[in-house]
Amino acid sequence: MSLTIAAQDAAPQQTWLEKLGPGHIVLAVALVLYPLVASDFFLTQIGGYSLIFGMLALSLMMLAGYGGMVSLAQITVAGIAAYAIAILGNNNSNVLGFGWPWWLAAPFAVLAAAVASALIGWISVRTEGIYTIMITLAIATATYYFAQQNYAIFNGHSGYAGIHAPSFWGVNWRDPKAFYYLCLGFAVLSYAAILYGARSTFGLTLQAIRDNPRRMRALGYDVTAHKVFAWFLAGIIAGLAGVLLVWFNGRVSPGTIGVDAAIDVLIIAVIGGLRHPIGPFFGALVVVLMQTFAIDIVGAERFNTLIGLVFLVIVFVSPDGILGLWGRIKPHLAQESLRSGP
Amino acid sequence: MSILDRPSSSDLSGGGMTRRQAWGLFWLLAAALVAWLVFAVWPEWLNAILISKKAFVSAILNGVTLAGLYFLVASGFTLIFGLMRNVNLAHGSLYLLGAYIGYEVANRTGYWLLGVAAGFIVLAAVGVVMQVFVFRRLEGDDLRQTLVSIGISIVAADVMLAVWAGGTYQIAVPEWLDGALTLPVITAVRSNGASVFLTYPLYRLVVLAAAIVIGVGLWLMLNKTRVGMMIRAGVDDRAMLSASGVNVHAVFAIVFAVGAGLAGFAGVVGGSALSVAPGEDIRYLLASLVVVIVGGMGSISGAAIGALLIGLAEQIGLIYFPTYGIVLTFVIMVVALAIRPQGIMGKAR
Repeated sequence: MSLTIAAQDAAPQQTWLEKLGPGHIVLAVALVLYPLVASDFFLTQIGGYSLIFGMLALSLMMLAGYGGMVSLAQITVAGIAAYAIAILGNNNSNVLGFGWPWWLAAPFAVLAAAVASALIGWISVRTEGIYTIMITLAIATATYYFAQQNYAIFNGHSGYAGIHAPSFWGVNWRDPKAFYYLCLGFAVLSYAAILYGARSTFGLTLQAIRDNPRRMRALGYDVTAHKVFAWFLAGIIAGLAGVLLVWFNGRVSPGTIGVDAAIDVLIIAVIGGLRHPIGPFFGALVVVLMQTFAIDIVGAERFNTLIGLVFLVIVFVSPDGILGLWGRIKPHLAQESLRSGP
Repeated sequence: MSILDRPSSSDLSGGGMTRRQAWGLFWLLAAALVAWLVFAVWPEWLNAILISKKAFVSAILNGVTLAGLYFLVASGFTLIFGLMRNVNLAHGSLYLLGAYIGYEVANRTGYWLLGVAAGFIVLAAVGVVMQVFVFRRLEGDDLRQTLVSIGISIVAADVMLAVWAGGTYQIAVPEWLDGALTLPVITAVRSNGASVFLTYPLYRLVVLAAAIVIGVGLWLMLNKTRVGMMIRAGVDDRAMLSASGVNVHAVFAIVFAVGAGLAGFAGVVGGSALSVAPGEDIRYLLASLVVVIVGGMGSISGAAIGALLIGLAEQIGLIYFPTYGIVLTFVIMVVALAIRPQGIMGKAR
């Protein structure tokens, strides 16, 4: 969590408004005022969901964009946090459920997720490049099957239900407005942390390792340790998203961490773009909107075909996602007046 | 490709036994132990530990035959990845599509062999189409190839769900392959002195035999034929092979056809032994991933070893620790990565 604290400290300076940039300010105002115009459905099913999946994809974007490690196990990490909440806190499935208060269970769940993420990272950084995606996919799939088979820890196929979001300060945080602001708060924290972290010493070192691991090793950096620590940090973000997800759904089952969900996170990150931390949130918004409204067009059954095709088109046309499309069109628009010939 | 190629340190160790001899002795003892476990009548204490001899030997046989199936699927995956650096995460979908096509053809014509052939041929064609129209366009871009293959697998799974719905199919095995075989393995001795022999489905043994034949064939093709030579040369230096007048894209299309065709073949064969249902694509993708990670990329012998390990682990886990079985698979993968990140038979790069 040191990163998020540092980000808060760094922000308030004399020119912080300028530093923030007009884009961020407009976005922030829009997001804060969104509950004034949105119905409960739009607040939670679109707003909250997009923010949660945006955070999940953000943790992937951090690993892929800055570390060059494309992970398919982010939903697994989030799932570990979600299961930890169900096991440590209360559930009505009559399995485990230690009844810890939320302020103890939530940090432990996030920590468990971060440690699990670091372990997954430690396993996968033993190889490089495209192997990472295969190893993480294998881990995600194996965890899914394990959660489905095992009744002692994961309560098998049915998983856990009856998990409640906490109520404190006189607010029930599962209420649409409160939950939206809760998600927004954590999403902004993670986003700011990534923005700041990317320019920190650690972030720059990580990017240097991504670009040339051999040189960094020769310069005396511990490449493995940096990568594993990046996994740990990504695990914190994914873990937070997992906690929010289980508070929102009130239940967690193997389906939550299935292969479809793991691939969804990758789709979101790729559709949004892996170059800038805002990309995953755009991607999440697009996918969640599609998920909600495309059902009216193509029917609930064929939704995966639609999302798969959109994904294929994005990968073929613009490897950097929607942000990449914008980045390619923007200079054309800006220089349209300067063009003379065809 | 084989153990013999590895730089052995046999000349370093002095004393009575070289390292290779020591390993030879070790494997000999292991083989003797396995032979004893399989053929001898077990004493009481062993039955007490391992439930029963029948359960144990059946688990081993199931594991080995499942390994044959895994090998068929994973050998295509490992060929495509190892030789072309082309990660095809739609490989599980190829398996499932092959199974469905085999089911349709076998069901309509009534000839099981025709279904098997159709599974291979149609999927080989699909593989060529994928290579020519999709992967060739993204040559040299690992990540995009992988992403595209994920996209294809999503669409394929959904389309197959639309066509064949969510039901479970079983491809009927022809009569001459059906039935059980009595093996010369005594599982128990009755009180009247008569021995109880183990019976095992004939079909599964045929699957195993087919996998072995295909594995040997693949190895021979890669190492002894002209096409195999071209494939290996193309992997090492594509530009040089191209400069010497070989159409490299044709070579890669052949490899893709063989890899995808094998997945389709395995689909029909596996769909006859087990069942065909949505979700099997993920199962076999996981199996291929783990087999190839453990065995080493691009190595046929590695795929065989990996498949054997995973198949045995899965079936033994199923019997002895049912709800933790998958953990065994997982542990094998982690241990393999920790000790040999490039896989048991993989080359260090």
